[in-house]
Amino acid sequence: MGRKLDPTKEKRGPGRKARKQKGAETELVRFLPAVSDENSKRLSSRARKRAAKRRLGSVEAPKTNKSPEAKPLPGKLPKGISAGAVQTAGKKGPQSLFNAPRGKKRPAPGSDEEEEEEDSEEDGMVNHGDLWGSEDDADTVDDYGADSNSEDEEEGEALLPIERAARKQKAREAAAGIQWSEEETEDEEEEKEVTPESGPPKVEEADGGLQINVDEEPFVLPPAGEMEQDAQAPDLQRVHKRIQDIVGILRDFGAQREEGRSRSEYLNRLKKDLAIYYSYGDFLLGKLMDLFPLSELVEFLEANEVPRPVTLRTNTLKTRRRDLAQALINRGVNLDPLGKWSKTGLVVYDSSVPIGATPEYLAGHYMLQGASSMLPVMALAPQEHERILDMCCAPGGKTSYMAQLMKNTGVILANDANAERLKSVVGNLHRLGVTNTIISHYDGRQFPKVVGGFDRVLLDAPCSGTGVISKDPAVKTNKDEKDILRCAHLQKELLLSAIDSVNATSKTGGYLVYCTCSITVEENEWVVDYALKKRNVRLVPTGLDFGQEGFTRFRERRFHPSLRSTRRFYPHTHNMDGFFIAKFKKFSNSIPQSQTGSSDSCASDSQVARITGNSETATPTNVDLPQVIPKSENSSQPAKKAKGAAKTKQQLQKQQHPKKASFQKLNGISKGADSELSTVPSVTKTQASSSFQDSSQPAGKAEGIREPKVTGKLKQRSPKLQSSKKVAFLRQNAPPKGTDTQTPAVLSPSKTQATLKPKDHHQPLGRAKGVEKQQLPEQPFEKAAFQKQNDTPKGPQPPTVSPIRSSRPPPAKRKKSQSRGNSQLLLS
Amino acid sequence: MRPLTEEETRVMFEKIAKYEKIMKLAANISGDKLVSLGTCFGKFTKTHKFRLHVTALDYLAPYAKYKVWIKPGAEQSFLYGNHVLKSGLGRITENTSQYQGVVVYSMADIPLGFGVAAKSTQDCRKVDPMAIVVFHQADIGEYVRHEETLT
Repeated sequence: MGRKLDPTKEKRGPGRKARKQKGAETELVRFLPAVSDENSKRLSSRARKRAAKRRLGSVEAPKTNKSPEAKPLPGKLPKGISAGAVQTAGKKGPQSLFNAPRGKKRPAPGSDEEEEEEDSEEDGMVNHGDLWGSEDDADTVDDYGADSNSEDEEEGEALLPIERAARKQKAREAAAGIQWSEEETEDEEEEKEVTPESGPPKVEEADGGLQINVDEEPFVLPPAGEMEQDAQAPDLQRVHKRIQDIVGILRDFGAQREEGRSRSEYLNRLKKDLAIYYSYGDFLLGKLMDLFPLSELVEFLEANEVPRPVTLRTNTLKTRRRDLAQALINRGVNLDPLGKWSKTGLVVYDSSVPIGATPEYLAGHYMLQGASSMLPVMALAPQEHERILDMCCAPGGKTSYMAQLMKNTGVILANDANAERLKSVVGNLHRLGVTNTIISHYDGRQFPKVVGGFDRVLLDAPCSGTGVISKDPAVKTNKDEKDILRCAHLQKELLLSAIDSVNATSKTGGYLVYCTCSITVEENEWVVDYALKKRNVRLVPTGLDFGQEGFTRFRERRFHPSLRSTRRFYPHTHNMDGFFIAKFKKFSNSIPQSQTGSSDSCASDSQVARITGNSETATPTNVDLPQVIPKSENSSQPAKKAKGAAKTKQQLQKQQHPKKASFQKLNGISKGADSELSTVPSVTKTQASSSFQDSSQPAGKAEGIREPKVTGKLKQRSPKLQSSKKVAFLRQNAPPKGTDTQTPAVLSPSKTQATLKPKDHHQPLGRAKGVEKQQLPEQPFEKAAFQKQNDTPKGPQPPTVSPIRSSRPPPAKRKKSQSRGNSQLLLS
Repeated sequence: MRPLTEEETRVMFEKIAKYEKIMKLAANISGDKLVSLGTCFGKFTKTHKFRLHVTALDYLAPYAKYKVWIKPGAEQSFLYGNHVLKSGLGRITENTSQYQGVVVYSMADIPLGFGVAAKSTQDCRKVDPMAIVVFHQADIGEYVRHEETLT
């Protein structure tokens, strides 16, 4: 490649060549006068020759002492240098040389020693800067390196003494003045010291002679106290430099770390710098640092500063991509097909006409749509003559894509909760010639109630927008923990409603696609995992062969392994907006008992109604059984339910409110039970017991079915006992944390349960608690227990279960584990 | 507006019939929540006149008997809601009578909107370049200009 002639370009990296190969300017220096600076004077040819000779001569003396890499310095070298050789780090030498004459990097006299940050072996060496500094001190200011004295004698254009002195003085002042400003802005050639404006030399001293690889620009983490100083006047260039340095150091931390500084200090510094440089809020930046490795993080942040390319989708109802491309090119638009994964997409590089106002656009030949927004529709793959629901459709891009894939057949119900944005949906659909769509204005959570039984559902849920920061930079600062959690909560509700709106027995469908334009795990994998636990759905491959797989674990959370079939897209890797897509297949229309209460109130209300209604019938227990069995596999839920049942009155009260989580679902079921329970005198505080009593009969039936599974339970077949047993179970499942009173009733049955399965550790626990009180209301307890069992199977149990359920909102996570154990016991 | 011709009426009702299935489904949705169903052809005014919207263009354009093509330079002007001048007129169907309803096309045969012929075909040949030849009634630019009123 040849040696580059650019002295300012430092060699980076630990390569061999970096050291050995100095720039061509090192040779040139011998012959040519150094770069002229303000102090330079044009020498005559003779003077130049003499200067060159002088330089050569001076170099030889120190050369013997110098290391092989030493660079010949102009004559000044021997003068002020006490150290033997001047190690000229390949990169530094020429630069310093040139810089020095320019007076740029010359440190203030007397402060050079501290700036030495070469390799340890260079300890004794004096920096070039020092050299120049000392030279300054030593009366020779000429940029050629010649003594003023010798110069004086030899050169034709002798400077008057006064002129020389003036020049020296100027140079010194300039050096001192420049050093300060140079410190701030040009770090690359100097040692890298992140020091506040106030006292660089002192700081450097404090940090000690940091010995860093010559090849690496030394970076010193400012002492902790210094961190805050940047807030006053952050110099973006410096901050940017520091970011790069810290990333480099962290990449090879063992080798490059500064002694005594922990990794977290570097990370903190990096976080603050990134926040300053890219204007992010602390919370979001923290989330991003958890998501991405450092190298990707910077790329991601950079990608968010730049808008994604404009893309459009051909409306195949009215034209073909080829024709459209031709027409637009004729109008002066520079475009290309989007990629081989899309048959209708085009990417626009630039355009002489507004791309959103061409006659072709107005005639509905294409729609402006982000590339990542085309993906969920491709994943959903709607077929002709199907019934599709688009729950959050505004502004209508995905809806119209679905309509064109269906060729205007079938029916699409396009819904959105925002009336303003619905207008754009109407406009767009009319413009694009979509005729098979009904547009409605409902809250998405009302869905299965309004109309259900769709073949496919698309849910593009409202999100925090962390994937489209390039479109809306306000997201950088205005999102915090609460926003994310609120979004996640809404998304969970919507997803459950969407799942309930799908008809699992559809001949051609039964699919649901959930997507967001966010990249946080809380809104994506967590929501999907929640749905997997709560409903009879499973994840299937999206059909998109590119994109990153979703996480199956993230920090302390663990998700279902099928999450690997979901897809994530990032702006910095795919050059499209950040996106997440998950495709579900619903395999059963029934709703798991434990999860009956969907988080929103109407659902739970309806569920309660359902439950109570069911309990009346109480007949399909047999039918329930088979369903129960599969449900029992989802032991967690049943377990939860059981636990819920075991809860005390408090839970009963809770049941009145819409359930929030899956546990709530259990509670929901128990809610129904509650009503019954209350009628029965509760053994202990829990009304559950009462409900147990009532439900004992149906429970008994159900239990009968279950009995075989639960060996222990078999014993207590009598309705009374059974119910109490059930109660016991329920209790156990819902860790009777506060419900000692309940437990007594539970106890008796629980004991039996305990015998059932050694593996059910929880039962003993539950039992122990209940033991104290074992009282009679065994019957109710049994019923409750039975109910629990019944509840756990998602299906038909509700009738019996509901009464019990009401008493116990399942407690939180702890109960989960217990109930799982319990349910196993029950069902075994 | 002009009265619908027989043909147009037939066409319109044909299209509407297609929506029957969709309409039944839409009956589930309560009235105040239903925003749009199918394609809005137009609206009835208080005096029971039927005003066609540009959204009906897709359906009526293929059946139009009288067409007017305008030059590329005049497209933008028409899309902004201006009338068509003689200088922008490219072609016009023969035998167009005055005040006849027409469909306006671009030279690339993209339907741009509805209009009313201000002059008969013969007269169009005779008038000066700045005379209006087609009155603007509806154009596809309204999708962008009048998005709020489209429903």
